[in-house]
Amino acid sequence: MAQFRVCPDSGFYFDRSAEQLMKVNAVAGVVCLLVAGIMALGVILTRWQTIHLLPADMFYTALTSHGINALIFWIIFFEMAVLYFASSTLLRCRLAAPRWGWVAFALMVIGAVMNNIAVFSGKSSVMMTSYVPMQAQPHFYLGLILFAVGALIVCFMFLGTLVIAKEEKTYQGSVPLVTFGALTACIIAIFTIASGAIVLIPTFLWSIGYISHIDAEVYRVVWWALGHSSQQINVSAHISIWYLIIGILFGARPMSEKVSRFAFLLYILFLQLASAHHILVDPGMGVEWKIFNTSYAMYLAVLASMIHGLTVPGAMEVAQRNKGLTKGLFEWLRKAPWDNPVFSGFFISLIVFGFLGGISGVVMGTEQINLIIHNTIYVPAHFHATVAVGTTLTFMALTYLLIPVLFRRKLFMPKLAQWQPYLFGAGMVLLVLFMLGAGTLGVSRRHWDMGFTGAMLSFEYPGTAYMMMAIAGIGGVLGVIGGAAYIVVTVGSLLFGEKLEPSAGVLESFGIKPMAASVYNVEQPEVLARAEKLPVEQHGSSGFEAPGTFILAMLLLVCFVIYYFINWDYLSSVWPMG
Amino acid sequence: MTSFQPPADRIWWKTPVGKDEVLWIGIALVWCLIMFFMMPYWHVYGKQNLSSEAYQTTPAKFQARVDAMVEKYKTGEEKGIPIVSPPAGEDVYLAGRLWQWYPILELQKDQSYRLHISSLDWQHGLSIQPVNINLQIVPGYEMVINITPDQAGDYAIVCNEYCGIGHHTMLGKIIVKE
Repeated sequence: MAQFRVCPDSGFYFDRSAEQLMKVNAVAGVVCLLVAGIMALGVILTRWQTIHLLPADMFYTALTSHGINALIFWIIFFEMAVLYFASSTLLRCRLAAPRWGWVAFALMVIGAVMNNIAVFSGKSSVMMTSYVPMQAQPHFYLGLILFAVGALIVCFMFLGTLVIAKEEKTYQGSVPLVTFGALTACIIAIFTIASGAIVLIPTFLWSIGYISHIDAEVYRVVWWALGHSSQQINVSAHISIWYLIIGILFGARPMSEKVSRFAFLLYILFLQLASAHHILVDPGMGVEWKIFNTSYAMYLAVLASMIHGLTVPGAMEVAQRNKGLTKGLFEWLRKAPWDNPVFSGFFISLIVFGFLGGISGVVMGTEQINLIIHNTIYVPAHFHATVAVGTTLTFMALTYLLIPVLFRRKLFMPKLAQWQPYLFGAGMVLLVLFMLGAGTLGVSRRHWDMGFTGAMLSFEYPGTAYMMMAIAGIGGVLGVIGGAAYIVVTVGSLLFGEKLEPSAGVLESFGIKPMAASVYNVEQPEVLARAEKLPVEQHGSSGFEAPGTFILAMLLLVCFVIYYFINWDYLSSVWPMG
Repeated sequence: MTSFQPPADRIWWKTPVGKDEVLWIGIALVWCLIMFFMMPYWHVYGKQNLSSEAYQTTPAKFQARVDAMVEKYKTGEEKGIPIVSPPAGEDVYLAGRLWQWYPILELQKDQSYRLHISSLDWQHGLSIQPVNINLQIVPGYEMVINITPDQAGDYAIVCNEYCGIGHHTMLGKIIVKE
């Protein structure tokens, strides 16, 4: 029985079990995103003070559910699909231990359902962080543990598949850059899940009364090795996908394999230290410990992100220039396929991740500056730029590619798909900018009522803070509409999308010709060859291969430097302490 | 399509790197180092730094210290919450509990105080507004900061760590006198 099919549009070889597993994981992810999106609407309409939709208890339940479903379940389900894709599909290799993939999937579904039941019962509104000694129901923790065990199994299947591919020589030379990036994500995921086990298993035992006491500070330190690192899996995964998307859309190759891989290596070595960002204003942390960790040992992971920030659009620019788009600094970008949601989603994600997410993250992770930011709504503003726009929008963009390639369906309502990244991106940018502003004015995160109804004492935030939260509310609603558009397109495509059998040439616009029928008729794919050597061409200017990208990178740096020092100035105005 | 193909060169790590990347890595690295050294610099020349002084404690022990201070320096009451005016330089105790910051502190402008803060139950977030100073308050740990309020006025302490259904009613007060 043949094990593989070739996608006639993209030329990717899909292993039978890998394909099934990718599909179910992606679908499960989208279901979780749907729940997260509905909850997002409740949260944002409550924080928009003039509407103030939900009562307090429901607000905190919605917020807990939104956080867990969006940040953990949606993203990790989707990442499992990415791991299968980057190993089996990209390396043209059979999947290692496919039955374990189903065990893992079952565990993850059971875990996610169990956790959601605990949250929606209203008795586990402990936020995603579930800080002790506030206690959730036991199945809240157990659900997370089962989910993590499932994810861990998939990580080992990924590694196993790499081993098989190497052993059976399914590719020449070194693994592709995209697989290398996915490997980075996998390694970080294993570290993350191990930390999760260390903190959640005792907490579960405590919730059933087997352990009497969990130290609140120790919990925070170890929990963040789970909480922050899990976001670093996302960074590695979505940057790998950026490289994949520019490869597929533009035939781009990395400007330098060495530089891009080195940047991923820096992630493996230093990214996890950022867990310290969350405990900068906690009791008893040593100064040296804080400085070393919060800066990823001298900002070496920030350096890595700045490198990708240049090399991803740079690689795209070089590829576009080689095709003749050489006029001026930005013809390559102006003439990009802006009406293709795969491209627009990717590019919006890249820009927002760098300019808003990256800069705000480094600023608030500075040891002393954290004093004026910790637990304000500035924090969720930051991670909506990184995770909601960076990761989620990238995954959405990739979905538009997967629907024809993996699911063999034509996009349902393609016009809506075309608008979706802009809608979601614009809404999220509004949300992020104005929550950053409100956070600077001291508005708290995770807070039901900024008017403090029912408090014995009183405090009034400035009118600007209310206005900013209202505009953030409008942005949030727009974002939810953009998210709903994504759900309509994806679910619609799977249910009503025209079947592509054997080929409809959907990807021809990307310059890829149909190759074969979409049936399982390949026993063993051809060995994945090295990329062709290209003659050295020079289409840039003044010795730069990608001058337009370099200008963009310098613009990022200027914004970064100015904003960084503005915040030091702001800090210098608060009460002296030491 | 090559970002998802094996590198063209077998020995890809010896392929020369272009000018764009070398220059950018250099610039980025310099900026990273500047940001790194800003933090120790601020410890020496800046005025807003956290001490790492902290002690393990228990809610009962900390409550006793707060009560002792309230007894000694109480000067008034607002809505049933005592107002305490400790002398400059004194150890001042502030407790976060469901859902109150206890007691109300009255401090002198430009004087330093050793402020001890802890939680008597769950985690809380001490957020002094509108000056916008934010600290994490963890039960079992007593955090000590040396603080010098340099603007007079009434300040609110908002709780900005979620602490249950009454979280939004948890307000405290610091009065800074000329």
